[in-house]
This record gives sequence, C-alpha cells and structure tokens, in this order.
Amino acid sequence: MKYAAPSSVEEATSLLSSSPSAQVFAGATDVVPQIRAGRPVPDVLVDLKKIDELVSLTNDAEKWTVGAAIPTVRLTEDAAFSGEFPGLSEAAGLIGSDQIQSRSSLGGNLCNGSPAADSVPALVVNGARALIAGPKGTRLIDVSDVVTGPGETCLASDEFVVEFELDRMPSRSADAYLRMIPRTEMDIAVVGAGARIVLSEDGTITDAAVALGAVAPTVVRVPAAEEALVGTLADDDTLVAVAAAASDACNPIDDKRGTIDYRKQVAGVLAKRAVLIAIERAGQRNGDV
Amino acid sequence: MARTHITTVINGDEVDFLSEDSTSLLNALRDEVGLTGAKEGCGTGDCGACSVLMDDMVTCACLVFAPEADGATILTVEGLADSGELHPLQQCFLEGAALQCGICTPGFLIAAKALLDKNPDPTETEIRYALAGNLCRCTGYDKIIRAVQEAAIQMRGN
Ligand SMILES: Cc1cc2nc3c(=O)[nH]c(=O)nc-3n(C[C@H](O)[C@H](O)[C@H](O)COP(=O)(O)OP(=O)(O)OC[C@H]3O[C@@H](n4cnc5c(N)ncnc54)[C@H](O)[C@@H]3O)c2cc1C
Ligand code: FES
Ligand code: FES
Repeated sequence: MKYAAPSSVEEATSLLSSSPSAQVFAGATDVVPQIRAGRPVPDVLVDLKKIDELVSLTNDAEKWTVGAAIPTVRLTEDAAFSGEFPGLSEAAGLIGSDQIQSRSSLGGNLCNGSPAADSVPALVVNGARALIAGPKGTRLIDVSDVVTGPGETCLASDEFVVEFELDRMPSRSADAYLRMIPRTEMDIAVVGAGARIVLSEDGTITDAAVALGAVAPTVVRVPAAEEALVGTLADDDTLVAVAAAASDACNPIDDKRGTIDYRKQVAGVLAKRAVLIAIERAGQRNGDV
Repeated sequence: MARTHITTVINGDEVDFLSEDSTSLLNALRDEVGLTGAKEGCGTGDCGACSVLMDDMVTCACLVFAPEADGATILTVEGLADSGELHPLQQCFLEGAALQCGICTPGFLIAAKALLDKNPDPTETEIRYALAGNLCRCTGYDKIIRAVQEAAIQMRGN
C-alpha cells in the first residue's frame, strides 16, 4: 500500500483514475478498522486532508460550505456553525470519543455507507447537498441520494465528496438529532432521528423534515410524518401521527442490539422528541441569523 | 518495500524516521522511534491505549498512518514529565492508585491532559465523557476520575 497526499482536487481525481484499487480517506476511523477486520488493502490510500477545499468551513449570505474531510471536532467547536445547526452539530458530536472526533469526518461518515451513521439523518433533514468531484469535473447531488445501500454509494471509484452545502438557517427554523444507544457513550445507534422545523409567526409549522437512521438499509425520510406536521401547532394527535409514521417507515434488522419491534417503537418515540426539540429551538430563533 | 522519510517534532525534539506507508503511527512510534509508552490494546480506535496528541488534538495513534505524521507535532506519555519531574496527572495517578496493570495508563494520561488543556476546571461528567474513549479493565474508573480531579485542582493552583 502506498500513501498519497494530493494538494488539489484535480491531483486527487487523477490519482484515483490511474490506480485500480485506490481509495480516499479522511480520518481513517472506518478504513483502518475495516482493513484490520480483513478488507482488501487498497494499493493507494489517498489522504484528502491536504486539499484546502476539503478542510475549510466557510459561509456567505446564502449557504455554509463544509469541507468533507474536516474533523468533526472542528464543527462542534465552531460556535457559529453549531449555533446555527445544533442538531447536525450534536449528531456529528456523537461520533465516537474525543480521539475519534479529532479524525472523523462528515464525508467519511456518509460514504462509509453505514445505515447507522449519526450525521446523515441530520444532513438529510437540512437538505444538504454534496459536491462530487471526478475526472469529468464536479456535480452537486442531494446527500439523501448518495448512499444506495449498506456500504454502497452512487459514487464512481474515481469520484469523491469535496464539500457539503447547507442553506443558511432562516429565523424561526431549527434542527435536532437524537439517537438511542444501549450505553451513554461510544456505541452505534439502534435508532437515530433527525428533524427540522420551520414555524410561522404564530407558531404554526410551515415546513417539516424528519429522517431516521439505523432502521432501514439506508437513512429514510418520513414524508407521512412531515405531512402530518405541516399546518399544525404539533398538538398531541399530530405527535401520535408522527410517531406512528416513523414506526411505519422502519424496515429494521433484528439483532442483539435491538429487535424489530423495539427499533420501530423507539423510532416513533425519538422522531416525536426530535420534532419537539426542533420546534422549541425554532421558536427561540427570531430575527437575524 | 520502499520506506518513506518522515520528519516530526515528538515531545519537543525534532525526530526523523523511516516507515512503510501502511505502518500505523503507533507502530512507528514504538518500533522506529523507540517510544513504547503508547500501547496497542485493540488497533481499531476502541480502547484509547494508543492515545497521543497530534497537533494538540487527542488521537488514536493506531488509526493514523505514519506518513500522515510528516510535519506534525506529537506528544506521547514520555513527554509529559518535565526534566525528571512527573506531570501533576502522573503524580496524582500514582498517589491515587489510579492504575493496576498500567496498560491503559499512558492513554488516560494523554486524554486527561487534552481535557485539562482545554478545560482546566471540568465537572465529573465532563471528565467521564472526555475519557469515554479510554477503556480500563482493572480499576473500575473511579480512581482515575478522582486522580484527574485532584490534578486539575493542583494545576489550577499553580
Ligand atoms: C471507536 C469508534 C467509534 C465510532 N462511533 C461512531 C458513532 O457513534 N457514530 C457514527 O456514525 N460512526 C461512528 N464511528 C465510525 C466512524 O468514526 C465515522 O463513520 C466517521 O465519520 C468516519 O469518518 P472518517 O473520516 O474517519 O472516514 P474514513 O475511514 O476516512 O472513510 C470512511 C469511508 O468513506 C470513504 N470516504 C471518506 N471520505 C470520503 C470523501 N470525501 N468522498 C468519498 N468517500 C470518502 C472512504 O473511502 C471509506 O470508504 C466510530 C468509529 C470508531 C473507530
Ligand atoms: S489501540 Fe488504538 S484505540 Fe485501541
Ligand atoms: S490498569 Fe489495567 S487496564 Fe487500566
């Protein structure tokens, strides 16, 4: 295995195109354990962290641009970013220990393709887009379209995610993410639930997004929950409908960490709670961003 | 296999070493540089026995490829003591019997230092979260938490 650390996107794509089993990495917090567990070792490992775009965090009036290889600790410790996206920041902050946080990236969390990847439901509810670079240039796709199954993405072997785009959070809008694990730290989600809510001045929900992790082969949106929320004040009946829709959207596995019934029930509870947190936060976000 | 030349600053000294690209920083530190404080408990990021500070961030050296360390500043447990005088964390671990077999200790000391560098007055909960990436099969953790609390008090006093 050879290590390569290109300094530009073009250099990285040409390296990927010229080596048959080259693989990109950022923190290697998935890559190394996978190699240790017996996955074939690529002939070239391409370190993305020396490319400026991959490690920069910027914003303008319209959007945030988040480098795909930024260590997640930089996102959670950035007061402006985590203040505007508390849900995404909490989700990113749940990935592993402090030792892992100094390495783990959103690009790696997404492209590893785990159904339980914590940041993905939070990216999806925020409508994040991924800028993909390849030999023919770049394309922008919805994060929700990147993962196609466990460990599978729609990226070609010579493509990689450069950065994520997130629209600026308008006033009276907010996100939230909750996960259920059997311990309090250092475990993989049994269920993860992300929500984003937009409120009108009188508190009526005008837009809602709900997404679940770890309950299906990929992260799933829950349109029935979103429809149930829009136009309401999130009264008890609505929340019962949200929970039922979330449970119905699950197609979970049955394993030692949670049975199918358990995961479905927890998905309903967490979706409801995440929605309530997002509503409370949205209500406090008045005025300028 | 070709070996790459890597230039780092480790524990305050410039250190050059040669390593194969697939070698972990942990194995390079232990086998090429001769610093055997950081330990391999799992090799997969779960136990924290291999913790080092890399550019001031606490990291599992088992998850870092040695060539990534080129140009980096690294602190291992060997760099904690100051000209023969133990760091307050080391002294408090000793006095508080916060170790038994000792395999986990270098990692706990480094993770605790990373915490106290950022947060000199952490709550017990903050200490427990900051050390969640370090596993100990011997002590039951309580004495480790107490030792970090005591070291924090001493370090704030200085
Ligand atoms: C102890 C431990 C605890 C963990 N806990 C959690 C947890 O609680 N929640 C959770 O979600 N995950 C957890 N993980 C998994 C892992 O840390 C995360 O998925 C992390 O975000 C991966 O990021 P990375 O940069 O390290 O990925 P890498 O290992 O560098 O890459 C992962 C995969 O993505 C590909 N890739 C990386 N970057 C890109 C890119 N920019 N474009 C295209 N492909 C790319 C790589 O080729 C590889 O296939 C844990 C891991 C460990 C070791
Ligand atoms: S040896 Fe690195 S975390 Fe266990
Ligand atoms: S003292 Fe033995 S593992 Fe911690």
